[in-house]
Parts: sequence; structure tokens; C-alpha cells
Amino acid sequence: MEFLSPSTWEEALAAKSGRPEAVPITGGTDVMVELNFDRRRPGALLDLSRLPEPAQWRAEGGHLRLGAAVTYTAIVEHLAGHAPALAQAARSVASPQIRNRGSVGGNLGSASPAGDCHPPLVAAGAEVELASVRGVRRVPAREFYLGPGSSVREADELISAVLVPAPAGPQQFSKIGTRNAMVIAVASFCLVLDAGARTVGTGIGSAGPRPLRSPEAEAFLAAEFDWEGGAEPSEAAARHFGALVAAAAEPIDDVRGTAAYRRHALAVMARRAWVWCAADYRKGAR
Amino acid sequence: MSQTPAARARGDAGSAAGTRAGLSSTARGGVGTSPPRPDGALKAAGEFAFSSDMWMEDMLWGMTLRSPHPHALIRAIDTAEALAVPGVHAVLTHEDVPGEKRYGLETRDQPVLAFGKVRYKGEPVAVVAADHPETARRALARVRVDYEVLEPIADARRAAFDPDCPLVHEEGVPAHPEYNQRGNIVRHQPVRTGAFAEGADAADLRARAAAVVRGEYRVGMQDQAFLGPESGLAVPAPDGGVDLYIATQWLHVDQSQIAPCLGLEQERVRMTLAGVGGAFGAREDLSMQIHACMLALRTGRPVKFVYNREESFFGHVHRHPAAMRFEHGADADGRLLYATLEIVLDGGAYASTTAAVVGVASSLGVGPYEIPHVSVDAYGVYTTNPPCGAMRGFGAVQACFGYESQMDRLAAKLGMHPVELRRRNALAQGSRVATGQRIDMPLPMAEMLERVRAMPMPARRGELADPADPRTLPGGLANTSRGERVVRGVGYGVGLKNLCFSESFDDYSTARVRLEAIGGEPAALVHTAAAEVGQGLVTLQGQIAHTELGVERVTVHPADTSVGSAGSSSASRQSYVTGGAVKAACEAVRERVFALVRERGLVAPDHPAGDLALEGGKVVSAARGVLAPLAEVLGTGAVEETRVFRHRPTRALDPTTGQGDSHVQFGMCVHRAVVDVDVELGLVKVVALDAVQDVGRAMHPRQLLGQIQGGSAQGLGLALMEEVQVADGVIRNPSFTDYLIPTILDTPPMRIEVLEHADPHAPYGLRGAGEPPTLSSTPAIVAAVRDATGRPLTRAPVRPEDIAGVGD
Repeated sequence: MEFLSPSTWEEALAAKSGRPEAVPITGGTDVMVELNFDRRRPGALLDLSRLPEPAQWRAEGGHLRLGAAVTYTAIVEHLAGHAPALAQAARSVASPQIRNRGSVGGNLGSASPAGDCHPPLVAAGAEVELASVRGVRRVPAREFYLGPGSSVREADELISAVLVPAPAGPQQFSKIGTRNAMVIAVASFCLVLDAGARTVGTGIGSAGPRPLRSPEAEAFLAAEFDWEGGAEPSEAAARHFGALVAAAAEPIDDVRGTAAYRRHALAVMARRAWVWCAADYRKGAR
Repeated sequence: MSQTPAARARGDAGSAAGTRAGLSSTARGGVGTSPPRPDGALKAAGEFAFSSDMWMEDMLWGMTLRSPHPHALIRAIDTAEALAVPGVHAVLTHEDVPGEKRYGLETRDQPVLAFGKVRYKGEPVAVVAADHPETARRALARVRVDYEVLEPIADARRAAFDPDCPLVHEEGVPAHPEYNQRGNIVRHQPVRTGAFAEGADAADLRARAAAVVRGEYRVGMQDQAFLGPESGLAVPAPDGGVDLYIATQWLHVDQSQIAPCLGLEQERVRMTLAGVGGAFGAREDLSMQIHACMLALRTGRPVKFVYNREESFFGHVHRHPAAMRFEHGADADGRLLYATLEIVLDGGAYASTTAAVVGVASSLGVGPYEIPHVSVDAYGVYTTNPPCGAMRGFGAVQACFGYESQMDRLAAKLGMHPVELRRRNALAQGSRVATGQRIDMPLPMAEMLERVRAMPMPARRGELADPADPRTLPGGLANTSRGERVVRGVGYGVGLKNLCFSESFDDYSTARVRLEAIGGEPAALVHTAAAEVGQGLVTLQGQIAHTELGVERVTVHPADTSVGSAGSSSASRQSYVTGGAVKAACEAVRERVFALVRERGLVAPDHPAGDLALEGGKVVSAARGVLAPLAEVLGTGAVEETRVFRHRPTRALDPTTGQGDSHVQFGMCVHRAVVDVDVELGLVKVVALDAVQDVGRAMHPRQLLGQIQGGSAQGLGLALMEEVQVADGVIRNPSFTDYLIPTILDTPPMRIEVLEHADPHAPYGLRGAGEPPTLSSTPAIVAAVRDATGRPLTRAPVRPEDIAGVGD
């Protein structure tokens, strides 16, 4: 196995172009597990951990530009105000040791349906920035994922950053696990409100072959939400919203839970997220 | 954690029978104190050498090829291509096993390497030694095995009772005449008392009962989840033998199984205990021991094996999954009249300790309750599932979940408090258990129940400083609830566990103690073969020598087979049996010192022995005070004695009535669990898990609390999350990603009261302490979840979908 260690971002793009099968590695929390278990033997690893750009973040236009290698710990500690739901999701990832090394770029690169960052990116309408020697393009997170482990990223492209819209209203991320910490999601849900545009974003994790959203639930809530006062929803409306979210999921029975439970849990999480967003809204998160 | 050593209560007989008068049992470092463990600082600093850390310059790496099928015939094995890989030194199959082809703890039914047939997914088929683990892995991929896949025998009930079910083992293998072996049943042990012994059936008794409860309960397959995977290093010796450095629970029983398979005399297989990273029963059976020795003898090079976590799930036995049908009847006052139990334990492909597990499940199946009429049928069954064997609690855990669930059901039916129902039926000293054995040691069960019930309750949610702190809520920081639909529940559990080996097993330990003066100071060396597996026995052995010989300097020799067997670090027995052996050897050494004292004329030749003592490095007379420094009495000589200690004998259970004094000692722990349950999402936060345990004598109070906390947490895991999920013989979650064990956020504060009612039969009056908390914590937690949800919850672990009622 070759170990490619570019010293500049340009060299990294060139290396990826020359060796499209090279697997990028930064924290190694997914890649090294795969290697150690002999599930994957790539011809080359492309080390991006020494490059400054992927580890940086900054405000850019109405967005947070988050380098692909910014760790979950950094997101939790520094970016909760810029990307609240993403920070909540980052806090729920694995253990402190993993959060010190793992990153959103890795979550996107692995494209596991259970990745914790996906629902916030989908719900918030984030964009994924893909770079290659051919240039840079931005893909909406909602269109990025194709299936388990598979995305629209071309073989010669690197994930350079994600662009998360600045929060314009309450956001909530919830995740179900069978223990109270350090657990892979059985199901997760994210709700993002845009008080200015009066729109709603949803993100559904671990309940389908790829992260999903529910346009029906989004449209329903955008119409039903009390954008003036943030009133608590009626029981019936909340239940309908939950049912729409659950209906958008495509869960399976697996070792972590049943499809029926996943749908049930999504409905509950969605209902509660609405209630919590409404409370936050009343408290002034617009 | 709010554990409170100061709160431990001493019983009336707490002055510990067996401790010599005149010796201060609370001298610093002696019995009853909490000296630091010798390996503690190294382990905390990450510098302790575990078995997986061993290294030799010229060593090879061993690796195992395992069956991909739960059940298949082996038509052919071709190793030629694997042998051709550069760097590969040997590829061995069953044809290369030099001696006996099978081994086993109780029944020699397990092939060293599979021949003819594989009976579980993960069964070893071939082993390879190579100069690099990666080379070994590549070689394994080139071993060609021609399998003819057979239908798995996955359902234990079918394996036991369906006469048309295929046999896991061919007729006659393994023969085990002392049990009622037939077909796929490893052992069937009935127990019949009262009217059932006279041939009555349940209908007769049901008619006499005011309240009858029935339940079907399941306990999933639990993994011991030790953190140090199977590993060891075999070094070939010039005499044609082998030196094996290994993490195990019992060096000598390993040796007695390894040597015949290698075709070697026992003394040419020399074993030394390597650093053990936890055991909990999973190291009772052999894993890579014979494989490493075979490869070392074949290649003439040291061979090291280290399983990774996934392989470890296939490398050791698990806790038997159980399917249980229980019926209990009581009068209107809640006094138990009868119980009928059917317990089916899935032993998987090989017997391991299944027969003994059945012995415990049957004899203690009704738990710590007085019941005049009992009918138990416990079965241990062969299937083509992963082999099951020893795990902390050993058959008593499964039964305890069943009988405690039944007690709660009965209490609810009678409108009684669950503690009151248990108290009314509680065993006590003088009671007889279902096997007819009289309990001839203190068993203050009613008092323990009252104590746990009287413990302060944890703060209500509304009383918390910040009730919205997600860390206090089910789901934790994953943000699933802010208190919505969170309901508190309280549950109780009691368990009865046999301690030490039962059923006529010749259970003994050997200790060698040497006392000499080093640099003018008396120093003791304690040598046993007892396995320190993390429980703290190494500390305890030193404490006993300290107390018995009155010396500060005590060294514990590494455990190896150059001293006699210590028996297993199992069944909560080492403090009792090896502790007893060390005490006996110390006493023998002490008598020889007293003889020296007489020889040297320090006292008259007829001076009464009871007047002499060793204290603070001096020989002391009760009448005359200090006689001489011990070092001076010893001079340049050494006093060394070896002693074997046996606990009192036990008897086999009658094969048809299940009667017999099969157990040495009984241990009991009582738990109260308080949980907060998100009843809508099915998530649980255990708020408190409080316990009362009678240990006879707290030999090392701090280590003791560690045992009770650890056992309680392991029971919590079984209640809420730990299950090796097996479908058609295939483990679906062989990783710590998907086999979940409790984290610190899942483990609540534990208030622990330790009682010390001495057992007059045991050294220092002590009672084994490691297992009892593992029994009672599981049913207490599940009962608390039932209390919060009102759901029957008949299965452990309880899953979120069970609690939320999804898919009912």
C-alpha cells in the first residue's frame, strides 16, 4: 500500500487525480478500522491530515464554511452558535477520543446511512464542496448521497468543505441509541426552521439506504408552524407531522433495531422536535 | 459513586471465625484492610504487560482459519497453496494434532481442529504460523476447504425435544454416562420435592392455590466482554516440551487438556500466567493454547497468538441463552405452595461446562424461597450455535431472571409489595433449598430486603439541580427527551448463588509459603498457581501472609505450574479456597517457627503453642511479651511449607429427584433499582442501583466494593443492552460497535451495604463475593422498567421496541 503525503492542497488534488483509487485519510476513525479488519485494501492512502486548509473554518457569505477535516470536538466547542444542529449531532458521535479525530468530511466520505452529521446537513440545506484538478463544484447535501457508502463524488474529487447556512431559526437534532452514550444511531432526526423564509428542513438518519428528508412533512410544518408567536402545536398536528416524517423513512430490520421501531421513534422525535423548536422560537431564537 | 464502606454493618459473628486471637486483623496491609494492589499503578498508567504484549525476537505469529458455516461436512482441506506463501512456516490441520484430537473441560468433545464436520460458525479448522501477521492472514486465505453445508440446528427446544431433529454429535460421541445423555441433550436434571416427589402433577397443586402465575421468560446470550482478547506465547523447549505463557483462569486444567493433545507428559507442558485482561468465565475453556503449542513444536520457534475483538467473539464461550417456563402457586397470604420450572439452556456446539451450568440452574432454579412442592426440569442442549459455558453467575443468572419476574407477578396479583412477598417466603439459616440441602450458615435474607428497601431514594427528577440536564435523562446527550413521557420505576431483585465448585467436584488449592530473613528483615514469599484475572486475589494472598505471619514484606510469586493446582478463578472460589491454602501454609510455617523458638531455648520445650504469635516482625508470647525478632529466629535459614486446602465435600445430585448436598456455600445479594424510562421511545436511564450483600468477611473492603459494582454493572448490561445476537447459527454483532456494554453514563451511583455474618465453615468466615451481584441486578432493573411502563417484559435484555410496545 502506498502512502501519499502531499504538502499542499494543490498537490493533494493532483495526487487524487493521478491515483483516483487512493483513499483520503485524516482522523482515520473509519479508514483504519476498515484496514484493520481487512475489509478494504486500497492501493494507496492519501494523507490530508497535515494540510492546513481542511482543518479551518470561517464565515463566508451567509454560510459557515467548514473545512472537511474540522474535528467534531472543534465543532462542539466553537461552532454551536453557527451550526447548532450540526454541533448537537457532533456531540453525539462516539467517544471523546473519536470526536478528537473524526470529522464531517470523513462522515461524508464514508456516506454511511448511520452517519450522525447527515441529517443536520440535509435539514439545513448545506452544500458539499468537491474539488479536483478540474475545478470546484458545490452539491446540495440533499443530492450528495446515493446509497450506503456511495455518493455523487467523482473518483478524482476530494471533499474540501461543507457550507452550512447561518441559522435563521430554531434547530433540533435527536438520535436514538440503545445506550446513553457512544452508540451508533438506531434512528436520528433533525429539524431546521428558517424564520425569515418561513421554511422548514428535515433530515432523517439511519432509517434508509441514505439520509432522507420528508418534503411532505416540511411543507406541512411550514404551513402549520405559528411563525408569529411560536405557539405549541396541537397534539393532532404534531402527530400528523410525526407520521409524515415516519412515512418518508425507508427503514429495515437489522442488528440495531427493527424497521417498525425506527418509524415509531422518528415520529416521536419529530413531534418533540417541533415542540422544542416552538419553545425556542418563543424564547427568541426567531 | 456514593458507595459507603463506612456504612458496612458487622454481623454478630463478624469477628471472623478462624482468625487467630491475638493477631490484629486490621494491621496495615493485613486482612480486613485495603492495601493498594501491586499491579494497580502499572495498570492505571498503561504500563502493565498483558498477555497480548509479550514479544520475543524470533517469534512467529499464529493465526486461525475458522469455519464460515455453522454446520457443514468437511470433504477436503488443501493447504499446499498456503504453505507456498513466502514467510509461512507451518500450516496445520487436524491431521497434525500429535495426540488426542479432542479436548474439553468436562466432556472431551471439542476437536483441536475440526475433522469430519464443523458444528459452529467460527470453529477452528486450520492454523498457520508466519513471520508477520499479515503474511499469516494471506496464507489463511489460501487454505482451501471443501465444505458440504448442512442445515443448522439453531433452536434449542427443537434440538432437545424433537425426535426428528438431526444430531449435532454422532451417536456415542461424546459419551457421558453419568448424565441422562440422549440425543442432543447434554444433561437433563430434574428436581422433585414434596408432592411432586410422590408423583403429583401441577393440576393437583394448582387446585389448592389461591393465586397462580405463569410466565415464559427468555435470557439472551451474554458475552463476558473482557477487554484483553485471547492471547499467549508458546516457546519450544530443548527437552521437547513447551513453555506456554497464557492468560487463563486455571493453569492446571489447561495443562491437563493441552498435554494429551500434544502427546506430551503433563510436566513437559510448563505454564506461566501472563497478564490477564479480565475473564468472567470466558477463559475457562481453551482457545489458542493447543494451537500455539502445536505450531511452536512444529516450527521450533516461539509462536504468539492474539485474537482481535471480532475473532474473540468466536474464540470463547458465552453465557447460555435460556428459554424458561415457570409456574408458581401461593396461598392468599402470599406463601408459596408450589413451583414448576422448565429451563432450556442452549449449550451450542460443544459441552464446555453445560452440564455444571444445568446443575446450578436446576438446584437453584426456584431461588431463595421456601416452597414445599417443587418440580424442576433443566436441560442443557447441543445445537450448532456458538458454544456456551461459564460466565459470572453460571446458570443462576438465567434462573434468577425467571423466578424474580415470577415473584413480581405474584406480588402484583396478590396486591402485595414485592419486598413483602419475598420476605414472607425468604430462606434463612436452617432452611432447606430445593435439593434438600440445609443452609448451615447465616442467610439474613429478610434483613437484607428490609435494609435495601430502607435505603434513601435518589432525588426525584423535580428535585434535581437541573432537571433538563440531558445527562440525567434517558437518551443522554443524544437529545431525545427533555422529560416528556419519562416515568420513574422501582424494582427489587434477590439472587442465590452457590460459591465454590459443586456436585462432588474435588475442589482444592495449593499454596507454598516461604519465610526468611532478607537484609535483616523477615520476608514472606507466597507461591500459588491461582490466576489473578483482575479480581485482586494477588492483593489478598499478600494480606493473608501479612496477617498470619506478622510480616510487612510479602511478595507474591508469579503464578505457574511449578506449584500444585490452585483450581479455577471461577465460582467466586479463590478467596475461599486459595485464600484457605495460603492461610494453611502460613500456619504450617508459623508452627515451624515456633518449633525453632523452642529449639533455641527462647521458651521451654513444653511451652503452650497457643501462647505464641508472630506480630510486627517479632515472636511474641502472650504471657511474656516480645521474645525475639523474627529475623533473628530465622537466622540464615528459610522456612518453607506447602499445603493443600479443600473445602468440605459435596455430593452429586440424584439424577431423578435432584436431591443432594451439592453446594459448599451460598451467597446472596439484594438489589433495588430505580430507573427513569422514556416510555414512548423505550429508552432507560438507571438512576440508582443499590445493593446489600453478605460477604461473611470483607477481606479487602475496597476491592470488594469493586466486585459488587462490577457485578451489578454486568447485570445492568444484561438487563438493558448486552446480547450476542445469533440467527441461524450466525453471530450478527461480533464487535463492540454493536455488542453494547454499559458506559459510565449508563452506570448509576451505587449505594452498597456490606454485611459480615461469618460462615463458620470458611476461612476467616468469608463468602465468595464476585457472582451474587450479577444475579440480582438484572431482574431488579427489568422490574423497575416494568414498574414504569406496566408492560410484562419477559425477555432480557429488554429492547427499546419492547418497552415502547412497538410490534406487540
